[in-house]
Amino acid sequence: MSKRLRARFAQTKREGRAAFVAYVMAGFPDPDHTVPLLLGLEEGGADVIELGIPFTDPLADGATIQHANEVAVSAGITFADCLEMVQEARAQGLSAPLVLMGYENPLLAYGEKQAAADAAAAGADGFIVVDLPPDEASTFRQACEEQDVSFVPLIAPTTAEKRMKTITSAANSFIYCVSVTGTTGQRAELPPSIGELVTTIRRYTELPIAVGFGVSTRDQVAEVGSVAEGVIVGSAIISAIEAGTVDGCVERVRSYVERVTGRSVDKS
Amino acid sequence: MSMETSSELAPRFGDFGGRYIPEVLVAAHEELEEAYIKARNDTTFNEELAELGRHYVGRPTPLYFAQRLTQEVGGARLWLKREDLAHTGAHKINNALGQALLAKRLDKPRIIAETGAGQHGVATATVCAMLGLECVVYMGTEDIRRQSLNVFRMKMLGAEVVPVDSGNCTLKDAINEAMRDWVTNVRTTHYLIGSAIGPHPFPTMVRDFQSVIGREARTQMLEQAGRLPEVAVACVGGGSNAIGLFHPFVEDPVRLIGVEAAGEGLSVPGRNAATLVAGSPGVLHGTHTYLLQDEAGQILETHSISAGLDYPGVGPEHSWLKTSGRAEYIAADDKEALAGFKRLTQSEGIIPALEPAHAIHAAVRLAEEVGEGGDILIGLSGRGDKDMHTVAEALGVTL
Repeated sequence: MSKRLRARFAQTKREGRAAFVAYVMAGFPDPDHTVPLLLGLEEGGADVIELGIPFTDPLADGATIQHANEVAVSAGITFADCLEMVQEARAQGLSAPLVLMGYENPLLAYGEKQAAADAAAAGADGFIVVDLPPDEASTFRQACEEQDVSFVPLIAPTTAEKRMKTITSAANSFIYCVSVTGTTGQRAELPPSIGELVTTIRRYTELPIAVGFGVSTRDQVAEVGSVAEGVIVGSAIISAIEAGTVDGCVERVRSYVERVTGRSVDKS
Repeated sequence: MSMETSSELAPRFGDFGGRYIPEVLVAAHEELEEAYIKARNDTTFNEELAELGRHYVGRPTPLYFAQRLTQEVGGARLWLKREDLAHTGAHKINNALGQALLAKRLDKPRIIAETGAGQHGVATATVCAMLGLECVVYMGTEDIRRQSLNVFRMKMLGAEVVPVDSGNCTLKDAINEAMRDWVTNVRTTHYLIGSAIGPHPFPTMVRDFQSVIGREARTQMLEQAGRLPEVAVACVGGGSNAIGLFHPFVEDPVRLIGVEAAGEGLSVPGRNAATLVAGSPGVLHGTHTYLLQDEAGQILETHSISAGLDYPGVGPEHSWLKTSGRAEYIAADDKEALAGFKRLTQSEGIIPALEPAHAIHAAVRLAEEVGEGGDILIGLSGRGDKDMHTVAEALGVTL
């Protein structure tokens, strides 16, 4: 439900901090670990969760998330499987708002209306569809609205100001601000212009703005958190999953999230 | 060049087309659309393109009556539109030239491209050398293996060839990687897409640049045969040579037949590239079009003996021509393409690329149906030098 997302951003605002938005790919490193990972993220301190829907051709993703897509596609994970995972995580007590993130074609194959309805029924709260700008999203946005799941639009550094009003008016929970012109993935340095971009977007909306792409270290999380209402981390979490045994992946991810959100002392 | 004059371009062909792209690329597509609309209405641009077409590309390319092939086959007269005689050996140069001139207008000094068979990569590297533009070509490692000669040509022309080893290691994956480059370097870079695929305005723009094939062929048929053909036939991968040949005939009473690659057979998912014949609508590489996909919307792997047809999508205008019934789409498999290849080579002394060899095979089949006194126009999109290794391998010959 869109409401669950709005409530969470309102809560983190009251607590005087940015929401930590954590991404994992459904079916990575394997289908059995997705639900434990979702729960582990929440335990570690994730405020909002993005669950990746695997796709064969993730053209906006860097090498790390591409690889996660390949593994999940090979494991045969479909959009329907993603919804089962969400349902199971909710049954096991996941309370954080959860947004499904991926590309248009698996949703189109499932049926856009059905996708929105079944996502709502499974306990998902929204969608981020990387290759579906609001201009092409009228059917899907309407389907989302009817089911009270949130359509989360993206804004990039190249987005013209004259488009921002159109984009922000398509949102009802938060705006996904892409920090860099580039694919997803960790970067040593973030562009200094993030603050400016967020300020510009703020002229067009009162909704919270979450910044993603390239954020991985505790310092970067703090830096982005000082200018935006949400900080999105994806590739770094996928890397943490990969950084050891499969059995240890949940523990590694939980401690990574604790560390970068400042809930535990930085050991690195 | 006579292009229609208009102040805007329709983003869709019926249900198909559109612009399904990451937000970071929206501005570049809007800018490109605006620049292209200006250019197509600008006499200077059209004259420059036509002038380079004449003196650099060698246009108009001939329309050749394949007399021996016609006699051998028995039936309709077979005519070849000789894009194999265009500079660099394929129709790809028509589009590469148009887009590179546009990139100069956009002040984008860096060009990226994807290539399958290597023909588009070579054409792009060629025009970049001629216009002094930086050129980076993405190419799947499987295609690099199949088309090593073209890789060397691109390098000689000053292009950087970046191997892509994700997915199937072919054209689709090269497009993904080129898109990732573009997402990153969009401010300085133009992505010179090689077929009538991708987000709006690419399918329209590429079709316009390639329509020179059909415009010339239409005039030449009237001059040389004294009539329009019953049928125009061309191979379809992404479909740029086919749409270029078909488009000027759309209003005429001419059957339009596109020939896709059936690879190892239509009944084997993942081992053909017959998107319109065997696929279903979806969204890939920024456009809504027919795709080879599974029930969950995952894109299937493809196979064709010709690297240039090895693609799980197709230009959205072809999807529309199919669903509207204006064009027909059939498929020829690897063996049939080889048969077409040998037939044209031995009856006419013209070695076709393996891509149009699919169309040759289909035309030979159609000749009887159309019958004596009829005419079939075949798009001979490229020459076969690049494929000699593949053909030798398929015939079990060691070079």
